[in-house]
Amino acid sequence: MADISVTIHKHDVVIVGAGGAGLRAALEASKGVNTAVISEVFPTRSHTVAAQGGVAASLSNVEPDDWVWHMFDTIKGSDYLGDQDAIEFMCRMAPEVVIELEHMGMPFSRLQNGKIFQRRFGGHTKDFGKEAVQRTCAAADRTGHAMLHTLYEQCVKNQVVFYNEFYALELLKNEDHVVGVLAWDIANGGFHIFHAKATMFATGGYVRVYKTNSNAHINTGDGLALTLRAGFPVEDLEFVQFHPTGIYGVGNLITEGVRGEGGYLLNKDGERFMKRYAPTVWDLASRDVVSRAMAEEMRQGRGCGPEGDHMLLKLDHIGAGIIHERLPGIWELAYVFAHVDCTKEPIPVTPTAHYSMGGIPTNLSAEVVLGGMDKPEEPVKGFYAAGEAACASVHGANRLGSNSLLDIMVFGKVGGQHMAQFAQSLPEHVPLPENPGKRGIEEVTSLLNGTAGETMGAVWDELKESMEANCGVFRTEETLAKQRAVLQKLCDRYKKVGIADKGLAFNLDLIETLELGHMLDYSKAIVEGALARQESRGAHYRDDYPKRDDEKWHKHSLAYMEEDGSIRLDYKPVRMKPLTVPTFEPKERVY
Amino acid sequence: MLKTVTFSVFRYDPEKDKKPYYKDYKVELRRPGMMVLDGLNQIRWEQDGTLAYRRSCREGVCGSDGLNINGVNMLACITHIKDLKDPIVVQPLPSMPVIKDLVVDFTDFYRKYYLVKPYLITKTPPPSDRERLQSPEDRKKLDGLYECILCACCSTSCPSFWADPDYLGPAALLKAWRFIADTRDEGADERLQIINDRDGAWRCHTILNCVEACPKQLNPTEAIAELKKTIIHRKF
Repeated sequence: MADISVTIHKHDVVIVGAGGAGLRAALEASKGVNTAVISEVFPTRSHTVAAQGGVAASLSNVEPDDWVWHMFDTIKGSDYLGDQDAIEFMCRMAPEVVIELEHMGMPFSRLQNGKIFQRRFGGHTKDFGKEAVQRTCAAADRTGHAMLHTLYEQCVKNQVVFYNEFYALELLKNEDHVVGVLAWDIANGGFHIFHAKATMFATGGYVRVYKTNSNAHINTGDGLALTLRAGFPVEDLEFVQFHPTGIYGVGNLITEGVRGEGGYLLNKDGERFMKRYAPTVWDLASRDVVSRAMAEEMRQGRGCGPEGDHMLLKLDHIGAGIIHERLPGIWELAYVFAHVDCTKEPIPVTPTAHYSMGGIPTNLSAEVVLGGMDKPEEPVKGFYAAGEAACASVHGANRLGSNSLLDIMVFGKVGGQHMAQFAQSLPEHVPLPENPGKRGIEEVTSLLNGTAGETMGAVWDELKESMEANCGVFRTEETLAKQRAVLQKLCDRYKKVGIADKGLAFNLDLIETLELGHMLDYSKAIVEGALARQESRGAHYRDDYPKRDDEKWHKHSLAYMEEDGSIRLDYKPVRMKPLTVPTFEPKERVY
Repeated sequence: MLKTVTFSVFRYDPEKDKKPYYKDYKVELRRPGMMVLDGLNQIRWEQDGTLAYRRSCREGVCGSDGLNINGVNMLACITHIKDLKDPIVVQPLPSMPVIKDLVVDFTDFYRKYYLVKPYLITKTPPPSDRERLQSPEDRKKLDGLYECILCACCSTSCPSFWADPDYLGPAALLKAWRFIADTRDEGADERLQIINDRDGAWRCHTILNCVEACPKQLNPTEAIAELKKTIIHRKF
């Protein structure tokens, strides 16, 4: 094959990913400096578009609320693993970023008095856990769609530069400075180097490694693998959120907003079992608690259907009027994917892998940071991350519903501001290293020139199935050790994977094969983190260590990838000191 | 043995093929509720890795996988295989240049979307510390408009869009009306100037293909009628 061309582009700021975090960052950075966004898909096709229920902010539009209550709920929801300075920062900034979205034109649903509509959501309470509060700001059940389109519209208005359908291959650094990324032009083929003063990964989450999941095809956690390969750590990857209400059989999401509007879960006896697991808020406990309760009911033989392998989500009693007005997307999804008219019958649901709490470690400025138990955090020059790809850590061991859309707005905005400032402070670009992108270019050319041995599809199937079986809602030493061995075998097989498509134009075979390589890399970090963590906290539940162990495990995991592909673990303390209020000390979590 | 259906898929690789052709694949129905996208994935992952198409959310909200299936534009990810006549003929969206197989070039479609100024235009500054107010009744005017996913199923089903390369098309016009109908927007004048053109709203001949094609049950023809009414009202 002839040499494939390499084109070099120069921008002050380069953002990889055009979901909510990437676009919010782009809007901010482009005010001050030359900014470009690289995206695997056209921006409005990014997965933020699928977010349903809403974005949390203590606007007090319906009833009195307070950012400190929001902060407490988020810390408790995180099972005390979230960093309290970051959580305070996010919850205080929430009203501001939501109001900005309204000003940009986001079509929020409205209350009678014309203010933004707010609904109840799991884990969000008033007065430090007394009862559920209406805090989640929504555009019907299409909040993510409304948000992503609004942000993209603003980017169009402000003439942000986009490179759509470009796929990132390698994070480029010159000594200790990140200087951009190497990417592949999906539509035409060809390598592109984006040389930047500041580079942000807003590359989304990683739960496509699970067979049953709520995520888009593109959510293959590419940014995490590229970060690991560049020698930087990833944080808390063992914390994978299983959302309680995925549609049975396919995993597509049914928003928690259904329960926020008064829907509830039933077991095969028609019992509202959540009252036994969360005596105060029942079905509105946080997601890890509800998912585990459902799994426990099924283990004890109280699941529904001939196999006893799902539960029922009842909402017909809310009334067809409210369902069509506030939950129209859910009605559609249930009808299309479960053949259920949810104004008349319950929706069959099971927990579905949904969200990555872990990610690239960042601080309050969305700078990527290095650190350890005794090493203070220190930013990597020129490298930023935001959104699901990052770990600020505002979600700790379990994220509250409607805090993810908030996370992407807050840290997208702040990251954009800081990147612009940083870029302005550098008189010139730090030069590219010698042979920039060598590794990424070789990876692609060897696939294009290689011969097909093993196929991508078979390896991927086994990855998804084994991760679900061995590293899912419940985990033990035995299942995790088994998964470690499975991954080793899959990585060996991956080395022999070849692609059938050798063309340059829209080579999906190439992209999916590269994605699989990324997934294998960080799956090892998920499993190693989970195997080492001998406790149960938030979404990480070890049957063999069912209690939280603050003495030994109140700390963040960090995973590094060694030259040979193996994972080395390190740890760092939880930042317990908030910015202005007293620390919330760890307590037992009861909902 | 599992029941199979035949997918007859449009194939074209610009680097190899002089002209497009159709290739037949057998797709096994392994579980109830399989969608056309599941069928395409089965082909790609198990039979023929060279097949190219776009897809992402696989639940009808990202708008990536608009295709022409048995002659009608729809989203592959929310179209049940069992509802279709066998063999299932899968083609790219009509009238767009083909990049490869089922992947078409959206440049012209997006250009027309940008032309209608698809963003809130305001002159009055918003309140500094709170949201603008909007009554639920006014907000309701956006239902059926804001949900557009830019899949292009509507525009590429429209004979006027096929015939007139400059026609803005139903998707862009629906987007224009989404903003003009928004009580917060103050950009109607500049938008209507663009739309009051032979290649704008007036090129719509109410053929209604767009309404039938929309996978989100939106009604671009009605939005275009509203645009026409507004233009006339402003004149007299």
